[in-house]
Amino acid sequence: METIKKKRTGPVIFSEYKRGDAITKALSMTREDILFELKDSKLKGRGGAGFPTSTKWMLTAAAKSNEKFLVCNADEGEPGTFKDRVLLMEYPELVFDGMVVGGYTIGAQKGIVYLRGEYEYLLKPLEDYLEVMRKDNLLGKNILGKKDFSFEIEVFLGSGAYVCGEETALIESLEGHRGEPRNRPPYPINTGYLGRPTSVNNVETLAAVSHIVMKGGSWFAKFGTDKSSGSKLFSVSGDCEKPGVYELPWGIKISELLEIVGAKNTKAVQIGGASGHCVPKSQFNRTMAYEDVATGGSVMVFNESRDMLHVLKNFMEFFVDESCGQCTPCRMGNVKLLEGVEMIEKGEYTFAHINKLKDLGRTMQLASKCGLGQSSPNPFISILDNFKDEIFNAANGGRNGK
Amino acid sequence: MLVVEKNALSEEIESYVNKYGNDRSALLMILHEIQKKHRHISEFAQQEVARLLNIHPVEVFSVISFFAFLNSNPKGRNLVRICQTISCDMKGKSGLVKAIERELGIEMGGTTKDNKFTVEYANCLGLCDMGPAMAINDQVFLQLTPEKAVELLGKVK
Ligand SMILES: Cc1cc2nc3c(=O)[nH]c(=O)nc-3n(C[C@H](O)[C@H](O)[C@H](O)COP(=O)(O)O)c2cc1C
Ligand code: SF4
Ligand code: FES
Repeated sequence: METIKKKRTGPVIFSEYKRGDAITKALSMTREDILFELKDSKLKGRGGAGFPTSTKWMLTAAAKSNEKFLVCNADEGEPGTFKDRVLLMEYPELVFDGMVVGGYTIGAQKGIVYLRGEYEYLLKPLEDYLEVMRKDNLLGKNILGKKDFSFEIEVFLGSGAYVCGEETALIESLEGHRGEPRNRPPYPINTGYLGRPTSVNNVETLAAVSHIVMKGGSWFAKFGTDKSSGSKLFSVSGDCEKPGVYELPWGIKISELLEIVGAKNTKAVQIGGASGHCVPKSQFNRTMAYEDVATGGSVMVFNESRDMLHVLKNFMEFFVDESCGQCTPCRMGNVKLLEGVEMIEKGEYTFAHINKLKDLGRTMQLASKCGLGQSSPNPFISILDNFKDEIFNAANGGRNGK
Repeated sequence: MLVVEKNALSEEIESYVNKYGNDRSALLMILHEIQKKHRHISEFAQQEVARLLNIHPVEVFSVISFFAFLNSNPKGRNLVRICQTISCDMKGKSGLVKAIERELGIEMGGTTKDNKFTVEYANCLGLCDMGPAMAINDQVFLQLTPEKAVELLGKVK
């Protein structure tokens, strides 16, 4: 594993930052002031759902309890996403300082990093890093001499389940149960880990907080668009010359991003991972933003040579594998959708049946218990709609004629 | 299992419980340690964990059966996991799979006769910009060719 720290540059996340600075500054501010800055920044959660971070922290701060938790969601299981790995490997100071600031703001005593099992090789470096923080009193009792503020962070290792990235499944597994999502409400902000108020935040969200504390909410809001403030880390993979993590302002056009990463002859991009949307060439002028194509940052590029049905099959296999099986629409539905893809592959389908499956997909979007089943029909519907010429209507009669 | 082995395992599990605590929330970390050391969590180990955490053994099994990285049946001494998700697929995952299957004489999901390797598919390992990616135990390897993948297996003890 390559561990050399690459010199990265970017407007916000990859801008200059000195470890410990956000903690020092935050501890000189009141909790309300920090919440105001966050509100000004209009920061929304980077884990996918896009909930305003200031609101989440305000609600957790307001919840009455003598014990609260802050969880850093480092489960990063969405196919095509790897920016949290880069942050944890190369910028742990941003993430952990953000956690301490969060702990102070909401009144938590303990932070937990839920690290996906696939990133076990990061466990030791992260624990070593935390040890140094303890030595410098950036963690532990009365941090930097601040009376009544003590905060500890520990790292918890996941065990290979995509659904554990969902915040209530994550909490279930922290508690020693199967990682099955809970009904919401109640929300973790009042009934979370061990029944206590808990704020679950994505790695990148916490990294953004450290910069906002240092440079101010209005500085952050200058980047991006009105509804999508700041910048975003995009994890780019697939058919392009320069795959990797890119920090770009929200609101960037898909075509602009493709140019930056050196993508040629691009037919489609899957944005937001397997559970995201497949955008065809004709829509490359759309922008990445919460108000247009929202994303947790996964960008997978497909060039003209790719078989989109094969891509779809790969996604559906993923969901069949990863469905926790707790609710019927998702457990059965994904299997049915995968069977549909296999029928098309073999040319043994009818349009009537495919249309029924799309209906089933729409039912899953409504009736599934958690985001996994609610979004797993997205690629099925968007790929079959956007690439129907390739899949069904090609000159040879499409798959029917094969 | 011999009695001495049982005693050793019990002691080992007790040490994990001392480290992580006997609360149910320590369960996954304890299972993780056992899995890491023994490559599986035997029925006896499950009973010991259940006893020390004061929960029913079936609860322990139910958690093990949920997680892809935990298993109750023994696997090979080294676990090889090849990413099957689309970005690695596009960069030549199937070439790796075929080469490894040929070289080890087993199919994906199988274990070699000498018990040295179990090979499995994994979903996205978060290394998509450097695929195809493969993990051997807790180490990861990137931008592999079939030849390089086989060579890496050759270096494993
Ligand atoms: C199936 C599923 C998987 C998820 N995986 C992740 C993940 O790996 N990382 C993450 O931060 N959020 C993930 N989420 C979203 C979390 O539930 C939660 O919204 C998020 O961690 C909140 O943090 P944020 O407000 O900073 O975005 C997932 C959601 C679902 C439904
Ligand atoms: S939608 Fe799928 S993953 Fe979510 S609770 Fe239902 S079965 Fe489990
Ligand atoms: S697709 Fe293979 S590591 Fe992500």
